Amino acid sequence: MVLESYLNFFKKMVYSDVNKTGGWRTFKPIYDHDRCIKCGTCWLVCPEGCVVRREGFFQPNYDYCKGCGICANECPANAIEMVLEEK
Amino acid sequence: MLFVRCKECGAKLSASRCFEFKLAVNNLPDEELLSYGHRACSGCGAIIAVRLALKASGRDVIVVQPTGCMEVVTTPYPETSWKVPYIHVAFENAGAVASGVWRALKVLGKKTKVLVIGGDGGTVDIGLQALSGALERGENITYICYDNEAYMNTGVQRSGATPFGAVTTTSPAGKLSFGEDRPKKDMPHIVASHNVPYVATASVGYPMDYVEKVKKALSVEGPSYIHVLTPCPTGWGFDSSKSIELGKLAVDTGMWILYEIENGVEKINYIPTKRKPVVEYLKAQRRFRHLSDDIISKIQEEVDRVWERILKST
Amino acid sequence: MRDIVEGSRAVAEAVKLCRAKVISAYPITPQTHIVEYLAEFVANGELDAEFVRVESEHSALSVCVGASATGVRTFTATSSQGLALMFEVLFIASGLRLPIVMVNANRALSAPISIWNDQSDSTAVRDCGWIQVYVETNQEALDSVIQAYKVAEKVLLPFMVCMDGFVLTHTYEPVDIPDQRLVDDYLPEYDPPIKLDPENPVTIGPIADPNYYMEFKLVQDEAMNEAKRVLKDEDEKFGEIFGRRYGLIEEYGTDDADVVLVTMGSLAGTIKDVVDRMREKGKNVGLVRVRLYRPFPKDEIVRALKDFEVIGVIEKDNCFGFGGGALFHDVRSALYGKSNAKVIGFVAGLGGRDIPYWDIEKAYEMCYEARVKEVPDVVWIGVRDWFRR
Repeated sequence: MVLESYLNFFKKMVYSDVNKTGGWRTFKPIYDHDRCIKCGTCWLVCPEGCVVRREGFFQPNYDYCKGCGICANECPANAIEMVLEEK
Repeated sequence: MLFVRCKECGAKLSASRCFEFKLAVNNLPDEELLSYGHRACSGCGAIIAVRLALKASGRDVIVVQPTGCMEVVTTPYPETSWKVPYIHVAFENAGAVASGVWRALKVLGKKTKVLVIGGDGGTVDIGLQALSGALERGENITYICYDNEAYMNTGVQRSGATPFGAVTTTSPAGKLSFGEDRPKKDMPHIVASHNVPYVATASVGYPMDYVEKVKKALSVEGPSYIHVLTPCPTGWGFDSSKSIELGKLAVDTGMWILYEIENGVEKINYIPTKRKPVVEYLKAQRRFRHLSDDIISKIQEEVDRVWERILKST
Repeated sequence: MRDIVEGSRAVAEAVKLCRAKVISAYPITPQTHIVEYLAEFVANGELDAEFVRVESEHSALSVCVGASATGVRTFTATSSQGLALMFEVLFIASGLRLPIVMVNANRALSAPISIWNDQSDSTAVRDCGWIQVYVETNQEALDSVIQAYKVAEKVLLPFMVCMDGFVLTHTYEPVDIPDQRLVDDYLPEYDPPIKLDPENPVTIGPIADPNYYMEFKLVQDEAMNEAKRVLKDEDEKFGEIFGRRYGLIEEYGTDDADVVLVTMGSLAGTIKDVVDRMREKGKNVGLVRVRLYRPFPKDEIVRALKDFEVIGVIEKDNCFGFGGGALFHDVRSALYGKSNAKVIGFVAGLGGRDIPYWDIEKAYEMCYEARVKEVPDVVWIGVRDWFRR
């Protein structure tokens, strides 16, 4: 019984994706896919790791994007713009 | 080849447009072994270092972490961001805990890598002894020190890695003080003097260089150490979008030197053809904004002196 | 196999028999021989283990934490300042529920610095969440290490075997070193339910805010209480296989005793001799030796002591600011509301001060006196007055 409680502590652990950090944002990155040169920089430097990379198509996951602006700042093609998010 | 040299435009480092860079980035695995939803500040440089380290390591790794920003933001019970095995014990014993993990793996005949990811406080100050012991014993661990140059998690107090002139809450600028009055502890050379096979410095401003170095460190038998500069928007005082940019600027001004020491032989990885003036780096951060021209000149002189020595020896 | 060995050797033999896989310790008198023997065993191939020559006791225990969390059996040993240095890790090892076994060679704490035996080091950490056992003989030290692994791995709590420094560690006594096959039968391979393994990633050591922390502690507390029953059972099973059992407490001459002393550790051996001598002279005295100290065997203590008029608790430690030693306070607390006994605390043997039989007789005499008149609650025995002049 005592061992069970200890094991339950582990059973109750969940991955942090239950925490939708997208709610932290003030600014939102908007990706211009026509300007994108598909270098992968935005995917590489995102602190959240929330830029989806699929067959050369890059798009942030807005549920988790904190709007830090690093992707926009680093994009060599200036394809990302930080826009004030209306709530 | 550590840096991606663009044959088209001749740019030396991570020229984002160049084909080889693109290839290297696209070759990194898709899998995020660090789940999003963690509590790192928006724009945190250190969490980038953690995420990229796991891209380099893959799944077959056990992460050991001392108390610090990264530990606190990734493990608030019952949430965890770690999709690899992870252990946090205390602040100053990551080196010892990692030694224990590796010895156990050795006993069990497993090849899993042991990766420590610790902050500057838990490495160069309170964690120095345990790390030194682990290095001296030749434990097969890889130690990444993410350096945000202060005890950030407890509210930006100075550490042995806080650079000269920086303002922190325990080295504030006031009538009688201009901030941190001691130079930064030279941790990579301290590590190298333990006769370890691989030591390297890195910066998240040059992320692919960092990733390659982590891969190299993980492949080495015996202790390896990477000291990576991870700008902190909250503690250093700059806009969250500039973390990578400042990581690059630190290198481009010559204030952060990218080098490796392999089996005692030191090699500078990148010699900027024309170093940007340090004032560009300093004025971009609130922690240095108060510095007088006098002190800024002193800092520039010191950087120039160091590079003169480097250039003479190469 | 019977042999005449010093206590350190007996313990090392036990660790070898238990097939500990990661041994990590830092030298400190009087524990040094324990790790030296183990280093020899490893160097000779007699013990297949990783021997980690750490740079401090804090790291010694931290190495055990890392190794135990990865799923192997670990061992460390220390004393006094070393135990004090690993203070924070003691709590963590228990909080992380790791079945690390440690032998503490009881030694006085600085300052002044002393290398000699007393019980202040391990009693100072009595509430850190480690199971604590105090042994009387080298044989018991050996046997308790084996029992320690069995119990620790069942309840998932770390286990400290306390043995008096020099008095046991460096004294030769005849011991029976059990057969490896019997130990293998008694102690199966360590297979924890939770460990660091890429096949099954877990996060060990999270930060727990006020909404969660308390329940971790509650479960830890429950496990400690469970440990009492488990030790009792495992000690009996041990008795069946190896022919020796120790129980949680030991009673010597208490059936018809007028007064009784309570103690822990090797001092019990001396007191047993005094009991025999005094009984020859017609004084019916008795002894209760507390073997399991944490979790404290409250029920057993109450049953054994409640009907006595006077109980003297004699130990080698002192609780500064309250007076009297840790065991004294625990005995008093256990008897509260359950007995009318007068409990006297005797502080003796600090810093390795010898406790000769006449001082123990004095303690018994004082207990007799206490039946008829007022005596102080706490008495320091064997103190000299060289400093008052």
